[in-house]
Amino acid sequence: MKYQSQKVAMPYFVAALVLFLGQIVFGLIGGLQYVDGTFLSTVLPFNVVHMSHTNLLIIWLLMAFMGAAYYIVPEEAQTELYSPKLAIITFWVFLIAAVLTLLGYLFVPYSELARVTGNALLPTMGRGYLEQPLPTKVGIVLVALSLLFNLTMTLIKGRKTSLNYLLIGSLWGLALLFLPAFYFPNDTVKASYSWWWIVHGWVEGDWELILGALLGFILIKMTGVDREIIEKWLYIIIALTLISGIIGIGHHYYYIGAPEYWIWLGSIFSAMEPLPFFLLIFFAFKIFSQRRREHPNKAAALWAKGTPVMALLGAGIWGFMITLAPVQYYTHGTNFTAAHGHLAFFGAYAMVSLAIISYAMPQLRGREANSMKAQHWEMAGFWLMVVGMISITLALTGAGIVTVFLQRAAENPLSFMQTDHKARVFFWLREYSGIVFSMGLLAYLTSFFIPGEYEYSEETKKALNN
Amino acid sequence: MQQIFTKAMARNIFLGGAVFFLIIYLLLTYDTWQKIPERDHANLMTASVIHGKYLVDTNDCIGCHTINGEGSYYAPELGNVYKRRGPAFIRVWIPAQPTGAPGRRQMPHFNFSQKQLTDIIAYLKWLSNIDTNNWPPNNQG
Repeated sequence: MKYQSQKVAMPYFVAALVLFLGQIVFGLIGGLQYVDGTFLSTVLPFNVVHMSHTNLLIIWLLMAFMGAAYYIVPEEAQTELYSPKLAIITFWVFLIAAVLTLLGYLFVPYSELARVTGNALLPTMGRGYLEQPLPTKVGIVLVALSLLFNLTMTLIKGRKTSLNYLLIGSLWGLALLFLPAFYFPNDTVKASYSWWWIVHGWVEGDWELILGALLGFILIKMTGVDREIIEKWLYIIIALTLISGIIGIGHHYYYIGAPEYWIWLGSIFSAMEPLPFFLLIFFAFKIFSQRRREHPNKAAALWAKGTPVMALLGAGIWGFMITLAPVQYYTHGTNFTAAHGHLAFFGAYAMVSLAIISYAMPQLRGREANSMKAQHWEMAGFWLMVVGMISITLALTGAGIVTVFLQRAAENPLSFMQTDHKARVFFWLREYSGIVFSMGLLAYLTSFFIPGEYEYSEETKKALNN
Repeated sequence: MQQIFTKAMARNIFLGGAVFFLIIYLLLTYDTWQKIPERDHANLMTASVIHGKYLVDTNDCIGCHTINGEGSYYAPELGNVYKRRGPAFIRVWIPAQPTGAPGRRQMPHFNFSQKQLTDIIAYLKWLSNIDTNNWPPNNQG
């Protein structure tokens, strides 16, 4: 850390982790409701648990991205942040809006929430991930504008690196792609077609650019490899992302009422979407093997190497499994999609957020790296969360297979509820895996409370004695 | 490789590729927009259908159900529920919730009026006639 104003990233990171913990609590409750439908059903109906789980995910990832941007942009621009004060005000506005929205979900019936927040004036509520009332959506836009103003002004007065252009540019993209949230036509097919501008546009487009920028920054800092090489790689990877991913949006259009030609276009282009993830792995490991220094933050290196691997598995492989139209005819709207969603969101976006937090937090606390003891806790958290999420994914895939064979492709198809009853064992496995994941998160969070910094002399002595 | 393939070239492929495919996507979207009203019979969207949709949205039905495969996987598909169950069943089923059957997934109780139920059923009927390329594979959704 070279500039005082980078410190504004700290509250963003802390809030991100607290909201992450909240997300996992709702995940455990929802998972249990899959096997015991009456569990808390009168106080917390499943839909409330579900939207709290997914909205907390989006909010904590945005918190982490914003914190990362406030940390990275000044360091890259080699100047102080344009307005640290504005960044802190923005933080509180965003956090308070997020908490109020969550309390609204939990304590006010959804239709009542829609009524009191003026949804009738401009209907926006009732779409996946976009359940927020109108005032919250307006708040998100204001927070984004404040972030972008602050970062862009910093860029203008400082050094212009490709990485900064890429990071700030993709944050502009993130904000612009949110605007269709205010467009919710009565025609359900048009509504669903345009909903994907936001969801696909974020997770299979713009956010991959953010991921590239965050990972690129970590690699530049930790390996000492020439930034020209790293930035060139990044451009190639994100070029592939958009060349495959823009028309690849067609894989959401097969069976929602859009014209038939999307079946061909979506299948061909989305089949190429795993390519940038293969390249990302090759890139990250190659850069690490060419490193010019041994960075003492081993945990951050583990996150940085783990991210592309898990992103390939979740977004690349699990995405490919259900992307071709003839396969999706049977898997569309089953737990195959939930399996892919879990591993992709975690492997790509949660993990890159934890990677930048892992790299930046020790610096924000005035040290290059944490003590090895703290790092061991963090790395144990890494492995438990990774294993937990892989087994959640396998369990949900199992449930998806049950649906395909008993409900979708069966000669005498069972009903939805009968099918899910047959898949019970997989829903239990998912819940157990969720407990493993939660243990990992707790181990990870524990690492922040273990004091001390990395001791070069002591660690060198240990290494020599071995 | 460093000299032959420069960073500027990589950046230009990125920007050029993005702009090119974005233009293609916008053209395709324009064409799709012309075709959707025909495929989903937009001319049959009465005031009742539109109000039914508003009720489905503002009660977060997709928080548990799917509509044409999109939403949550906790409860059955609604895109074809009109064909699967029929209007009379739906009119009785919704106000009868929750069942309270031990261990069974519970649907909340929504205090819908008969008029509101009529609108919801009108919307579900409209949904069931969208041309979704023959999805779902069978009536069970």
